[in-house]
Amino acid sequence: MSAIERLPTIDHGLLRFLTCGSVDDGKSTLIGRLLYDTKAILVDTLSAIERTSKKRGLDAIDLSLLTDGLQAEREQGITIDVAYRYFNTGTRKYIIADAPGHEQYTRNMVTAASTADLAVILIDARKGVLTQTRRHSYLAQLVNIPHLVVAINKMDLVDYAQDRFDAIVADYLDFAVQLVGAEKAKSVRFIPISALNGDMVVERGERLDWYDGPTLLDLLEAAPPAHIDHNEAFRFPVQYVCRPQDSANPALHDYRGFMGRVESGHIAVGDAVTVLPSGRQSRIRAIEVFGSPLDTADAEQSVTLLLDDEIDISRGDMIVKTGEQPPVVRQIEAMLCWLSESPLDPRRKYLIRHTTRDTKAMLEGIDERVDVNTLERLPAERLEMNDIARVRFKLAQPLFPDPYVKNRSTGAFIVIDEASNNTVGAGMIL
Amino acid sequence: MTILTEKTLTRSALSHLDWLESEAIHILREVAGQCANPVLLFSGGKDSICLLRLAEKAFRPGRFPFPLMHIDTGHNYPEVIDFRDRRAAELGERLIVRSVEDSMARGTVVLKSADESRNKHQSVTLLEAIEEFGFDACIGGARRDEEKARAKERIFSFRDGFGQWDPKNQRPELWDLYNARSFKGENIRVFPISNWTEFDVWRYIEREGLELPSIYFAHRRPVVRKSGGLLPVTPVTPAGKDDVIENLMVRFRTVGDISCTAPVESDADTLAKIIAETAATTITERGATRLDDQTSDASMEQRKKEGYF
Repeated sequence: MSAIERLPTIDHGLLRFLTCGSVDDGKSTLIGRLLYDTKAILVDTLSAIERTSKKRGLDAIDLSLLTDGLQAEREQGITIDVAYRYFNTGTRKYIIADAPGHEQYTRNMVTAASTADLAVILIDARKGVLTQTRRHSYLAQLVNIPHLVVAINKMDLVDYAQDRFDAIVADYLDFAVQLVGAEKAKSVRFIPISALNGDMVVERGERLDWYDGPTLLDLLEAAPPAHIDHNEAFRFPVQYVCRPQDSANPALHDYRGFMGRVESGHIAVGDAVTVLPSGRQSRIRAIEVFGSPLDTADAEQSVTLLLDDEIDISRGDMIVKTGEQPPVVRQIEAMLCWLSESPLDPRRKYLIRHTTRDTKAMLEGIDERVDVNTLERLPAERLEMNDIARVRFKLAQPLFPDPYVKNRSTGAFIVIDEASNNTVGAGMIL
Repeated sequence: MTILTEKTLTRSALSHLDWLESEAIHILREVAGQCANPVLLFSGGKDSICLLRLAEKAFRPGRFPFPLMHIDTGHNYPEVIDFRDRRAAELGERLIVRSVEDSMARGTVVLKSADESRNKHQSVTLLEAIEEFGFDACIGGARRDEEKARAKERIFSFRDGFGQWDPKNQRPELWDLYNARSFKGENIRVFPISNWTEFDVWRYIEREGLELPSIYFAHRRPVVRKSGGLLPVTPVTPAGKDDVIENLMVRFRTVGDISCTAPVESDADTLAKIIAETAATTITERGATRLDDQTSDASMEQRKKEGYF
């Protein structure tokens, strides 16, 4: 089962996932276990944590030390920030976003979740579904992570008992049906694991014979990549315009390449396109990367588009397929997560960055705030750090958004405070 | 709603290297779109060699919207310096070199002793160059898998007027919406290959057929065995009186200031052999080769806070 033996067969690309849980749930141990059992840990790292484990008087290696943080964190006994970790199985590369479980939890989890294709929610088998489980699940749903796996950990501490596992699954499902509806709740996967002993994480182990489902790694290996839906609309925010005007090369004199990444959908040479906000229309003359022509481009590819007609296009414009235009709007309604220590000030103007486009924006109103612990909807006058609310903004410049539930790239925005240049909010357009 | 089972997968997605490449191109174009006066740090090392290819993919047939810059400690392997100059010339891009020795002459870098490593003093020279040219962003080839201080750093990482990184006060970075805004005197460090591992870098070099300085490949070199590693014998790092000099087949996994970059024993003289060796390797890149990180568990974190890139 070593990574090397399995190299290189097929490439299922890359999966980004998020682990949610607090220190007590064994999250660090789970990540350590995944890294260890997929042979992503090398001897010098291992011997360093072996030394530390011994120093702390432990018999076995404490895998949670693999995710031990910065000096500044150890001094203060807290976890500061999202950390990113990597492993690969020979068929797939993984990026784990590891968000700390307590301080500034909402802010960190929303950050980590924003790029995740799958979330692993950890539950301590002794404790079952807790307030924080509900909070993690709500946030995973809010940020629209496509796949949810509930790992019921510490099965070793409940004698690997199936009835304990079944009871937690039933409990969680009751809650999930309320949160996301019966249909979507069916797609949640449950796995009993012991991160400490390695059962059902990468290896099956021998203590959970009654469970015949996949291991955690089996599910990670099988999770579909983002943009698997062929019917997504084509969205191409222009990042940069290439006009070489190289006097030594007359062929380039009229070159105008529109550079960006396909955020969703598919485009082919010859397709009819519309440019927003001008509404001007043209066709795709060529698709290029570094001088090589392509016939088509798909979601997540960074390319250069050339058009049949000379149209004035600059950064912040968006190229879409004619007939698939998003609305051009001057007002947005969104779920907003406030990230800054200075509260949202309703009297101030903020900058909104949506795809490659910036606009000044003013809050029109806060419709309601969501208590992430009780999921209650409450009225609110202002927003503090870690608050989540349904809000309306008035925009100085038009945007061309899709609803976030349909498109995580063109439905998302950040709020920037121009006085500090800080990123102070994260928005998901309704 | 897709229900996830152990068989669910997929149509074929972008291969993982294609995905990483596309992400890096997107990041470079964001720098070009958002920053007024960026610069790309190019040392002649393998990570920044990848950055140059990514910049070609991001901006050709246009010119790079930034110059290249190397902070030279004066203690680099001549093969690497030759390579650096040749590569910049081939690309037709402007290369700025600023030297730690100039900072020493100015008195802004003071070594504790003549043989102290100049590596950490690069921070001073870098900050001086940022001020001299008014750069608002520096693109670098650091990766999050290198070290745990890096694992928590943003792709667009804010530095204050003193070049300091404050791990407790980083800007949240969500989706692919990067915030490169800064006020005069402040600076953004940008790491387009944050999500790459050492293995990804080697695979990319192979796939793209990128040329490397010769010292990355196995060659014979006089070395001394020291505390489990190899110390190259050079004018900068001469052997001690009692040291036993051996002539071993070695290669460098990472290339930087001579005083703190050690080779590993290897007979991998082709990319394919290096990749096979990297796949099978059992020691982390920094553990094997960076003498400066072993002194303290937190030494990278410390250097970054002081303005190291």
